[in-house]
Amino acid sequence: MSSNNAQGGPARPAPTLGFGTIARALERTHVRAESLLVLVALAAVMAILSPVTGDGTRVFLTANNLFNIILASATFGVLAIGATFVISAAGIDLSLGSVLGLASVTGAALVVTLEWPWYFAIVGSLGAGAAAGWVNGFIITRGRVPAFIVTLGMLGIARGLALIISSGRGIYGLPDEILFLGQARPWGVPTPVFILLGVALIAHYVLAHTPFGHHTLALGDNENAARATGINVRRQRMYLYTISGLMAGIAGLIFTARVNTGDPTAGLTYELLAITAAIIGGTNLFGGRGSILGTMIGALIMGVLQNGLNLMAVQAYYQQMAIGAVLIAAVWLDQVRAQRRE
Amino acid sequence: MALLELNGLEKSFGAVQVLNGVDLAVEAGEVVGLVGDNGAGKSTLMKTVTGVYPVDNGRVSFDGEDLTQIDPGTRRSKGIEMIYQDLALAPQQDVANNIFLGREPTKRLWGLFPNFVDKTKIDVEAQKMVDRLGVHVPTIHIPVGMLSGGQQQTIAIARALTFQPKLVIMDEPTAALAVREVESVLQLIRQMRDEGIAIILISHRLNDVFEVSGRIVVLRRGNVIADLAREATDMAEVVAYIVGAHD
Repeated sequence: MSSNNAQGGPARPAPTLGFGTIARALERTHVRAESLLVLVALAAVMAILSPVTGDGTRVFLTANNLFNIILASATFGVLAIGATFVISAAGIDLSLGSVLGLASVTGAALVVTLEWPWYFAIVGSLGAGAAAGWVNGFIITRGRVPAFIVTLGMLGIARGLALIISSGRGIYGLPDEILFLGQARPWGVPTPVFILLGVALIAHYVLAHTPFGHHTLALGDNENAARATGINVRRQRMYLYTISGLMAGIAGLIFTARVNTGDPTAGLTYELLAITAAIIGGTNLFGGRGSILGTMIGALIMGVLQNGLNLMAVQAYYQQMAIGAVLIAAVWLDQVRAQRRE
Repeated sequence: MALLELNGLEKSFGAVQVLNGVDLAVEAGEVVGLVGDNGAGKSTLMKTVTGVYPVDNGRVSFDGEDLTQIDPGTRRSKGIEMIYQDLALAPQQDVANNIFLGREPTKRLWGLFPNFVDKTKIDVEAQKMVDRLGVHVPTIHIPVGMLSGGQQQTIAIARALTFQPKLVIMDEPTAALAVREVESVLQLIRQMRDEGIAIILISHRLNDVFEVSGRIVVLRRGNVIADLAREATDMAEVVAYIVGAHD
């Protein structure tokens, strides 16, 4: 704040680094403060309950395991970035998981079945994802069909197409250049962690610091306001759904590279993970508020939850229940806060 | 030549003809009261001026330029601002961002990354505007949705004035306000007029219209049926036109 403003007044008290300060700082970045608290608490609990190795270290806290958490979160983390863009603009993309599958087989089919050069796996995956997103955006904006319906339809179409392209079977055996993107560990860090970080940084820049990001939030907040201030709402939506599809393409590529397979069933129900991560991180389901930082925290919460429960050898069925419960709790908390503000 | 000239504007929504060839001229530095019954076409007419609605027929010229085919964003940059009845604010975004919505100043971050919204500049300029209009808001960093109706109205006005507009269209700016807030909005209108801004004031509150307008235009069933100098008319005559006593 400028020093010569009209209010002047006494100097603000020196900020103390309490939860309140952090909460306010996060509030301005649209991150749900509680989510950070939940992440820390959850990690602490998992660390305490984690099995201990022979030399006394807790498995949960080993560097290897922490990378594993991010590695496991990388695919749906990238999807969640796409979900953050569309949901902050009061949209929804239910086709994320299916488009991931379509992108996975498209890239693999080009390189393995058609024996094109390795980089066509990247072009194919990203291209298929962006194209599916573009089609979503086109029908939503031109046909005025609700996003829920269009992307629900695309959920079926993309999955079906992935199964047709691959004849319902996985496409194995990708070249080393592609496997590097999923399985290599430069400087000991898995490549997908770098990819997730890179995508998240760019996405954060776009959503929080460019006119495009401001317009996205304004569009989700009040479409009339966006239109009245000269924002091209239709074009904005086209871009947002294309970005969402592109994210599914990137996630599909990571998936293919990790498992060395173009898998038509890849990403099944991942849209739920992606949307949950975005909402837990503080993105408003009804638009107008959202941040990539929050979404990454949301994705990590789910990664920690899954990883911790795995280490404790809890059945996978319980993990699904835990994630569902976390989603409901996060939105419930939002409603409680909104009512308190009234 | 007038600042704004509308010639033979026609607009229909499906089978409903809302504007039947409207002609209207507005000079710089004058306040024109635009009145008429509900459904007379006032808001539709104004949205054809801002470009939100394309017209079926007719011509919109502004500052000697034909803007009929020009999009709303460009028209805004040429100096046409509209303050909507619903204020068109984004409630979860802060005061400063709302004032600069759709026209965010950008810079190159560290000389490298393009298109970086200059939030510092937004905050400084927004604070200046808020101070100039004498708006009482706790801070420009709070979401607009947490302000009172009168405060939100002034934020909408602040947004309209930030980029030196030549024409400001106000749709029912006083309808939802307390008495004291109405007076300060009317005062702002006079201030804008004295600075040479043309103002079109749409209102059902004839008292407010008579208070600030130099000219009163009555719209009825999509036609201009009266264009009266304020000194040459009175409320009874205007009401008679509005309800159709002269049909």
